[in-house]
Amino acid sequence: MAYKIIVCAKQVPDTNEIKTNPETGTLIRDGVPSILNNDDANALEEALKIKDAFPGTTITVITMGPPQATEMLQECLAMGADDAILLSDRALGGSDTWATSNAISAGIAKVGEYDIIFAGRQAIDGDTAQVGPQIAEKLGIPQVSYVKEFAIDGNEITVKRALEDGYELIKLQTPCLLTAIKELNTPRYMYIKGIYKAMKHDIKVWNAADIGVDLTTVGLKASPTNVFKSFTPKPKGAGQKVAGDTDKELAVNLLVGLKEKNII
Amino acid sequence: MAINFDDVKNIWVYAEQRHGKLMNVALELIGEGYRLSREMPEGTKVCGVLIGAEEDVKPLEAELFAYGADEVYTLASPLLKNYTTDGYTKVLFDAIEDIKPEIVIFGATHIGRDLAPRVAARLNTGLTADCTRLDIDMNNYINFLEAKTTCNTKGLTPDDPKKALLKQTRPAFGGNLMATIITPRTRPTMSTVRPGVMKKREKDESLTGTAIDVKVNLTEADIRTQVVEVVKAAKELVSLTDAEIICSGGRGLGGPEGFNLIREFAEKVGGVVGSSRAAVDAGWIDHSHQVGQTGTTVKPKIYFACGISGAIQHLAGMQTSDCIVAINKDPDAPIFEVADYGIVGDLYKVIPQIIAEWDNADALLAAAQK
Repeated sequence: MAYKIIVCAKQVPDTNEIKTNPETGTLIRDGVPSILNNDDANALEEALKIKDAFPGTTITVITMGPPQATEMLQECLAMGADDAILLSDRALGGSDTWATSNAISAGIAKVGEYDIIFAGRQAIDGDTAQVGPQIAEKLGIPQVSYVKEFAIDGNEITVKRALEDGYELIKLQTPCLLTAIKELNTPRYMYIKGIYKAMKHDIKVWNAADIGVDLTTVGLKASPTNVFKSFTPKPKGAGQKVAGDTDKELAVNLLVGLKEKNII
Repeated sequence: MAINFDDVKNIWVYAEQRHGKLMNVALELIGEGYRLSREMPEGTKVCGVLIGAEEDVKPLEAELFAYGADEVYTLASPLLKNYTTDGYTKVLFDAIEDIKPEIVIFGATHIGRDLAPRVAARLNTGLTADCTRLDIDMNNYINFLEAKTTCNTKGLTPDDPKKALLKQTRPAFGGNLMATIITPRTRPTMSTVRPGVMKKREKDESLTGTAIDVKVNLTEADIRTQVVEVVKAAKELVSLTDAEIICSGGRGLGGPEGFNLIREFAEKVGGVVGSSRAAVDAGWIDHSHQVGQTGTTVKPKIYFACGISGAIQHLAGMQTSDCIVAINKDPDAPIFEVADYGIVGDLYKVIPQIIAEWDNADALLAAAQK
C-alpha cells in the first residue's frame, strides 16, 4: 500500500542563536540562521520512513511564509520529499494561529487527497502548538498531538501520545493529522542525490487567490488575537560572587549567606 | 463571530482531571481566575469546568469550591472516561456556545494544548498559548511593565479603551521576547497558562458554590480515536513545580555520571533534581527533569544551577526563583547575570563541600558573626 502524505513545516530563526541587545531591549536577528523547525524535521522524517517502507508513497511539504522559505523547502526535498509548496502572499502576513490554519488548510485542500498529515508539535519561535490541531479542525479530521511512536497497517494507525507522566496508546483511521515530538525519531541528513534533485525541482508558490481562501479569514486584520505590546524582560540584576580561596571557604561562605538571609 | 459580546459573562477554568484526580494547574487557575474575576464587573464569577466520567468528576466539585470556584459546571458521560480530542472538544464547544463565558483558561498541559486549539478553532475565536501572566486591571499591568520589563508605558493609561480586555502575557523566541496578546473582537477570550506559574488559593473546605450538571450530547460515532490504554511511565517521580529546592545539572557535569553527585546533593538539601536542555539532549537524564522554555517552569525557594551556562531558554524557566545559586567554572557564564549567589569553581569540588557543611549552617553563621 502506498500513502499520500502531507507534511506541514515552518522556517524559523534558530532561537539558540538569538540574543537581545541589552541597551535597546530588541532582538538581534542579524546573522541568525534560519532553519527547518526542529519538530517539523521529526514530522518529515516519519513521513520518509513510511515512504521507505511503502514504495510509491508520496510526500508533499507545505509551508507558509516569505519567499526565502523556499530554502527550507529545498532542504526538505533534499531529505527526500517529493513535492514542496510555499503559500506566500502579503495578504497572509501577520496571521495568528487561527488565520494561519485557515490558509494552510485551504492550501492542503488544493493539494487534494491525503492519508496522513504530519506536523511538528510546535515551532521554536512562537511555541504555541496550536496550528496543527487547528488545521485538523478546519479540515474536519481527527488529530493526535505529541506523537512519540507511530505504526500503520492498511488504513489503521496506532500511535503513542506522550503525556507528562507516561503515554496513551491510541488507534485511529486515515485520514488524520499527527503532530510529532523529538522522541518520535532522528531526522536524516540531506543526501547528495537529493540535493541535486532539490536544485532542479520547481517549488510551487501559491498566493491567496491560488488557494481560494476567504480573505476575511487570513492575515493580520482577520486574526482574532492581536499583539498589544511586545517587550523584553528586564534582566534580573546579578547578585554577589561568593568569596573564598578554597572550595571549603566557598561552600561555607555560601551557606552563611543563605542562612543570614533566612533562605535556608 | 460565534458569540455576541453583550451576552458573555464569567471566567471558566477547564478543571483538567486524569483518572479522578485534579491536575495541580487546575487549582492554580481557579486561584488566578478568582483574582481576575474580582477585577471585572461586580458579580463576575470564576467557574470550574469538569469533563469526564461521572464517577471521576463528581467527587471533584467540592475540591474546586474549596479552592475558590463560585460555580462548577460538570459535563459527564461514560464516553468521556478517557480524554479524546473529539469527545472533549464537542462537549466543551457545546457548553461554551450555550452558556457563553467571557474568558476560558486551560492549563498548558499536553491535554490542554490539544483541546484548547481545537475548541478555539471551532468557535472561531482567539487563543493565546502558554501565558505566564494575565491582567485585567490596567494599573496592575502598567506596574508590571515598569517593574519587570523594558517596555515603554507612555500612552498607557488606566482609562485605556482596552482596559477591560484580558491582557495575556507570554514568552516567545525562547523567552528572549515577551508579548502581551489581546483578543479584541471575538468571545470568549481563550488562553492556555503554564503550569506552576499562578498561585492556588488557600484551601477552605467550608466554602461551597453552585454545582451545575450540563447535559452532554455525545455519541460513540463522534469520537474517531480509540484510547487503547493509558500507561503511567515507571520513572522517577519528578515534581519540579512543587519543589522548594531544585538542584539542576547541565552540560558542565561532563557526563551522565555527574547526575549522581546532583542526586546526592538534592537528597541532602531535600530538593528535586532538575536539568538543562543540554543535559537532556545529551541523553544524560530524562526529559521530565528539564527546566526551561521547552521543559518545566519552576519557582522554588532555592535553585542551584550546577554546570549550567544559562541559555536564554533555561533562564526563561527558572529566573523567577526566589534565590538562584550558580556554580560554574566559567566566570563569564550568563547564569551569573541572574544568580543571587555565584560561585566560580569546580562543581565536583565545591558541591561535596556544601553537602558536608549543609547541616552545620547555623554554627557557621554564628561563627561568622563573632
